[in-house]
Amino acid sequence: MNILSWLVIIPLLTITGILLVKDARQTKIVSAIGMGIQLIVAFVIVFMYISLRKSGNTDEMVLMSSFEWFKSLNIYYTVGVDGISVAMIALTAVVVFAGIFASWEMEDLKKEFFISLILLATGVFGFFISLDLFTMFLFYEVAVIPMYILIGIWGSGPKEYSAMKLTLMLMGGSALLMVGLFGIYFNSAPDGGELTFNILEISKITIPIEAQRWFFPFTFVGFGVLGALFPLHTWSPDGHSSAPTAVSMLHAGVLMKLGGYGAFRVAMFLMPEAASEMAWIFIILTTISVVYGAFGAIVQKDLKYINAYSSVSHCGMVLFAVLMMNRTAMTGAVIQMISHGLMTALFFALIGMIYGRTHTRMINEMGGLMKVIPFLGVAYVIAGLASLGLPGLSGFVAEMNIFFGAFEHPDTFHRVATIIAISSIVITAVYILRVVAILLLGPIRDNHYISLGDAKWYEKLSLLTLIAGIVYIGIAPLGLSNIIRESLLPIIDKIL
Amino acid sequence: MNPESFMIMRHELVLTLAFVFILVAEVFTGERNKEKIKSIAVALFAIVTAAGFLPAATGSLFGGMYEASGTTTLMKNILNIGTLIVLIQSYTWLGRPENRDRIHEYFLLLISTLIGMNFMISSGHFLMFYLGIELATIPLAALAAYDRYQNRSAEAGIKLILISTLSSGILLFGLSMIYGVTGSLYFPEVAAKLTSVPLVIMGFIFFFAGMGFKMSLVPFHLWTADVYEGAPVNVTSYLSVISKGAAAFIFIIILFRVFPVISMTWEKVIWVIAVMTITIGNLFALRQKNMKRFLAFSSIAQAGFFLLGFIGGNRLGMTTVIYYALIYIFSNLAAFGVVSVIAEKTGKENMDDYDGLYRTNPGLSITLMLAMFSLAGIPPVAGFFGKFFLFVAAAEKGFYVLVTIAVLNTIIALYYYLLVVKAMFINKSEAPIASFRSDFMQKLGLAICIAGIVVTGFASGLFEMIRNLSYGI
Repeated sequence: MNILSWLVIIPLLTITGILLVKDARQTKIVSAIGMGIQLIVAFVIVFMYISLRKSGNTDEMVLMSSFEWFKSLNIYYTVGVDGISVAMIALTAVVVFAGIFASWEMEDLKKEFFISLILLATGVFGFFISLDLFTMFLFYEVAVIPMYILIGIWGSGPKEYSAMKLTLMLMGGSALLMVGLFGIYFNSAPDGGELTFNILEISKITIPIEAQRWFFPFTFVGFGVLGALFPLHTWSPDGHSSAPTAVSMLHAGVLMKLGGYGAFRVAMFLMPEAASEMAWIFIILTTISVVYGAFGAIVQKDLKYINAYSSVSHCGMVLFAVLMMNRTAMTGAVIQMISHGLMTALFFALIGMIYGRTHTRMINEMGGLMKVIPFLGVAYVIAGLASLGLPGLSGFVAEMNIFFGAFEHPDTFHRVATIIAISSIVITAVYILRVVAILLLGPIRDNHYISLGDAKWYEKLSLLTLIAGIVYIGIAPLGLSNIIRESLLPIIDKIL
Repeated sequence: MNPESFMIMRHELVLTLAFVFILVAEVFTGERNKEKIKSIAVALFAIVTAAGFLPAATGSLFGGMYEASGTTTLMKNILNIGTLIVLIQSYTWLGRPENRDRIHEYFLLLISTLIGMNFMISSGHFLMFYLGIELATIPLAALAAYDRYQNRSAEAGIKLILISTLSSGILLFGLSMIYGVTGSLYFPEVAAKLTSVPLVIMGFIFFFAGMGFKMSLVPFHLWTADVYEGAPVNVTSYLSVISKGAAAFIFIIILFRVFPVISMTWEKVIWVIAVMTITIGNLFALRQKNMKRFLAFSSIAQAGFFLLGFIGGNRLGMTTVIYYALIYIFSNLAAFGVVSVIAEKTGKENMDDYDGLYRTNPGLSITLMLAMFSLAGIPPVAGFFGKFFLFVAAAEKGFYVLVTIAVLNTIIALYYYLLVVKAMFINKSEAPIASFRSDFMQKLGLAICIAGIVVTGFASGLFEMIRNLSYGI
């Protein structure tokens, strides 16, 4: 059995295990063990990948395996990884692991919660290892649907509305995507060969330009919905603020990255000519996403809404960087995906923990929390600083790469767009520092808060896992960016 | 007739034997043992279904009026499986005191409609086709009026019989025009002599309208919701699944075998009808509160999705229509099965009544959720594969606009299917349906459906087998 397939099998086994055990405590333990093993496997894959590359393996994808599935349609279950997917797998494993511990005190219907959460994770892992568009699409939808149940049952606020909105918009995106995939499939053999869903094989041929013009927008927008592309981002603030902690973590941290990942792995990699023709439209849209998301975050009062809008801004930056179509910016895009994944998961975990103590998420009802819950407070500051791009933390590395790459374009259009997008850094600083000041510093607003307890062991475990990732990327980014850069080569070659 | 020719029409003969057996058994059982008939009949039908999978002979009989091929055998087997599930699901309901005296009627009527459908699918001549379709629909009207002392059921029966007669009349009128042009009613001869003259087009339109009534395509769908709501749940599930599946099967056979010459014409007709059927079915389903009406409109929309397999006239299209029919049988019967179990225990049929169902009856809720996801086309359950391949089949011939409309419609459909999931899992209820235990036969019926929903999608071998038996224009 190929080691990559274990990434799908382990979660399924964990779900089976949860079904077999009796009470809530055992459920937690089984989930934690299952996802712990998953984390280990993910890092084993990272090291296997690195050692393969060191030993001189220059294949586009490694650790590949393939099974025939629907023969007459030439659909295969094909898996394989390159540096980008390896990085995303490691990110997912870390966030899922942290998410399990962040929902340690879930009360209602615990079993169902963990089953849905792990099912969602299965979809995400499956998506990142797939090299066949059919299986990729299948896993993509598997990752979206559990969200409905997760937000609907365990969410807060207008949860039913948010859950339905999020599900329908994301499935709407996947509907467009499906049309795009058909277009790719039926143009995958212009010389009359066998049609295929295999990404590597399609990348070897050139899809006719007329077909590209038709189907690139479908594919890119389809993935873009999940990547919070303006104006299709509206599910994100509602969905993230209504979702329970672990779901917000996983969704903003990982699921939104499916959009960015798919946008360049499928849409741009397979239809590069149309991509460079139409990039300008999407650059405008993503620039709006970046700035608009940041401005949106300034005026929000609810911690989760602030972070949800900040996610729109940061994920917009991923798509923005991808559309710049050069190596530096795209490296930045991938680092930004990972950095934002860790950072936003940290944010949502902290918000969940703070909410669990103060029972409010409104920033003006809180104050001086640093004095009573210093561990959570410091963690919040670290997340905030990473978010506004302080050197030494992951956000800086990502944004540097993105904006350097974007500025490599000499023409006015790209430069103006870049400058506008860069301004979001300042806006980000405004909303982050504002929250830190109101929430953590100053006098304690309410006497009731004095007796609050600081983080428990499982909360610390969850937070430290994420902080470790952020600091590691911030201090030693070269390991990660080297892996990414070399894997971007075939994509860049194809696009240019 | 010789022994080999008996083998060719084995499916029909075995069903007829079962029919006679039940009739005789009814005569020879005393008043006290009437209940036993249902066990005997279900067991007998299980044997019939199993017998269908024995290697079958192929060939034609009665000078080409009856034809049996691998394709028709496959279709008949699929219908048998569906009918078996329906019978298992009806088992408990038939045990009610008011049904005691007419248990045998249910089986006799049901089996005779199935015989009709089998003849219809195997027909090689329009007269045979017409006989089959009548044999399939007239007993159905009697079945719809099975609860004849309830006004709604009697009304459903009357509506169904009137509509069937009307649609048969329209169908025959169309066929008469085609006969007038070609001078024959044999499928191969009609296909050979058919030309694209206006009379043929007109005949085809009438034929299409007749079939539209049977498949409940928009704008010929108006009878559906009333009949589905009025008829007993188990009859409704039979109507919406088996009857519709059989109509889809023979429709695609006739389109591909008899009308390939005018395919340019029927492509356009089907394009419009498919868009209308899917969209209007979906929009009406949005507002339904009664589960049976809800499933009625959802099944109208599903019928529209079948048309996506028709439109290309390609081999992949026929494959996916048969494949999707199988998946649709499992999914819709699972949904109807749950509705029927709940109606049987509590008499409740409205969506509001399902609020909070998961807390009291988790098993039923999960079954219904899987069924809804399968109907909506959500992976990893089978509906996803079925829908995906239907879209591929239409896209293969370049109907991208149609595919886009259909794909966007799946989002509308997802909304109302999620409403059911929301009721069961998310809504809170003051007085939810109390926790109860289903009996063995109800569980068996649902278990078969769940197994079908989960396995059919991943079973690529099944898809390839169906493909080997399918053909394009």
